[in-house]
Amino acid sequence: MGLTAPYVTSYLSQHFADDAFGTLDGYLATGGYEAAKKALTQLTPEQVIEEVKASGLQGRGGAGFLTGLKWSFMPKGTDKPKYLVCNADESEPGSFKDRLLLERGPHQMLEGILIGAFATGAEKTFLYVRGEYAEPARRVERAIAEAEARGYLGANVMGTGFRHDVVLMRGAGAYICGEETGLLESLEGKKGQPRKKPPFPAEYGAFGMPTTVNNVETFCHVPHILRRGAAWFKGFGTDKSPGTTLFGVSGHVERPGLYELPLGTRLDAIVFEHARGIPGGRKVKGVIPGGMSMPILPAGQLDVPMANEFLRERKTMLGTGGVMVMDETTCMVRVGCVISYFFRDESCGQCTQCREGTGWIDKIMSRIERGAGNYDDLDVLLDIAAKMEGQTICAFSDAAAWPVQGLLRHFREDFEAHVRQGKCPFPESFVL
Amino acid sequence: MVSEPKPAPAITSETRAKIDAEIAKYPRKRGALLPALHLVQAERGWISAEQAAELAAIFEIRPVEVIEVVSFYNMFYDRPQGRHHVYVCTNLPCSLRGARTLLAELEAHLGVKAGETTQDGRISLGHEECLGACAYAPMLRVDGVYHEHLDVEKARQILDGLG
Repeated sequence: MGLTAPYVTSYLSQHFADDAFGTLDGYLATGGYEAAKKALTQLTPEQVIEEVKASGLQGRGGAGFLTGLKWSFMPKGTDKPKYLVCNADESEPGSFKDRLLLERGPHQMLEGILIGAFATGAEKTFLYVRGEYAEPARRVERAIAEAEARGYLGANVMGTGFRHDVVLMRGAGAYICGEETGLLESLEGKKGQPRKKPPFPAEYGAFGMPTTVNNVETFCHVPHILRRGAAWFKGFGTDKSPGTTLFGVSGHVERPGLYELPLGTRLDAIVFEHARGIPGGRKVKGVIPGGMSMPILPAGQLDVPMANEFLRERKTMLGTGGVMVMDETTCMVRVGCVISYFFRDESCGQCTQCREGTGWIDKIMSRIERGAGNYDDLDVLLDIAAKMEGQTICAFSDAAAWPVQGLLRHFREDFEAHVRQGKCPFPESFVL
Repeated sequence: MVSEPKPAPAITSETRAKIDAEIAKYPRKRGALLPALHLVQAERGWISAEQAAELAAIFEIRPVEVIEVVSFYNMFYDRPQGRHHVYVCTNLPCSLRGARTLLAELEAHLGVKAGETTQDGRISLGHEECLGACAYAPMLRVDGVYHEHLDVEKARQILDGLG
């Protein structure tokens, strides 16, 4: 089954309702590959990087690093082959934007990859698609074959003499492979356990060669920036967070779905206007603004623009833009149980703080939910979470700690009520 | 010295040819290990110790290096599975919209718990972490295909329709 187009569209998704947009001819009819042609024939790699830098584009995979800056880290004048990696291992709970971008607009992404390859001097792109995304992978494979057959990829891209190949690889079910060095290990045929940094991928990446890893959506913005200019791009979003993004709204809303909106759109507008609020006349209790790793916000703090400079003030982040909405019936300890089980299950196990910390948090969370917890458990949870932050090879451990801290910051009363009553006091909450 | 009879290859020549085509795409052979495991598993739904050993020979690594990869990734199986794989996503967005109730109903319907296979070998039932169908919850992944916007009745019908 294919996905439907977003309810609100902008430049990334405006043609997604049209099946033809997924084909090469349909994409060309919308001006597709013109930006890549311009880059390859009229610009130098440095000029492309400057334009992307000037646009202020931030990576859309969760960390929000400046894309142009990342590209500029690739070494010049080396004899080694250089690679790009397109991270399509989307698995952050609450996120499903890349699935849509892969299914409905594969050539838009491939054009962004071509431009990135030209800018960084990469001869090959490894496109790593999560194993469960069988249908998106099929559609992208078809698009790659079409582009190769008609000279938009391969030995002589659009007659310019530039060579670029895209290799699609399917993952096999491991959240940690979305972490860029975990992905590189997986790409090399190993367990997806993240690498120590430095060296960073630009120096020692895929197969030991200089590599840049970008998210699917990040690549998708690039042709639009090259076609219409950095100044145009900055017309969307906030001063510090330009452009649009695809917000995925799920949970207790009338109209769950994807919404392409400028960064800086207020969270309450996304929940109540675009997604049309909570069903059954119930009230909202909390919203996770950016995928499961990002701390929750309570009902009273939804008047925040969805951009990192504002979300940070409320001790959370944009992440991958996955907005999960919970109504007033929701037990926040159960939410904690779902989150902590997930991180325990997905920890790759190589760092002690993460492997042990996620296990203990999960056990204590379940104990509190069963009504067998005590008041000290709440502080033990916070103590474990604090010791998991900043101590490990990758950010997974931090990502497992933050949601626990968020739940206890805003919903401590839910936890205390379980201890006080010796049972879960939310009989109408979603079932565990 | 008496030579032992050579065992029949555990990987078909057709699959072997596809593996060689994958190997050609990577700067180092081992890059094609995950693609190769997908191809081998496609033969009969799981990866045997013999097949793992043969892959190790192809990739010039130790068998344990193949086996640790198989065990690390959720989608690779080292033992026989049911003819059909049915997974319910039970992560938060799906749970908020009834996925756990759906899973319990399907467990009752099939008479197995998540993680088990029906006695007739027809269906392996399981739960999975987020599958990127958050706005279309609850959902099932059946033999790799997503079924979304489900309720218990629709889900039962899908299961009953599996051969």
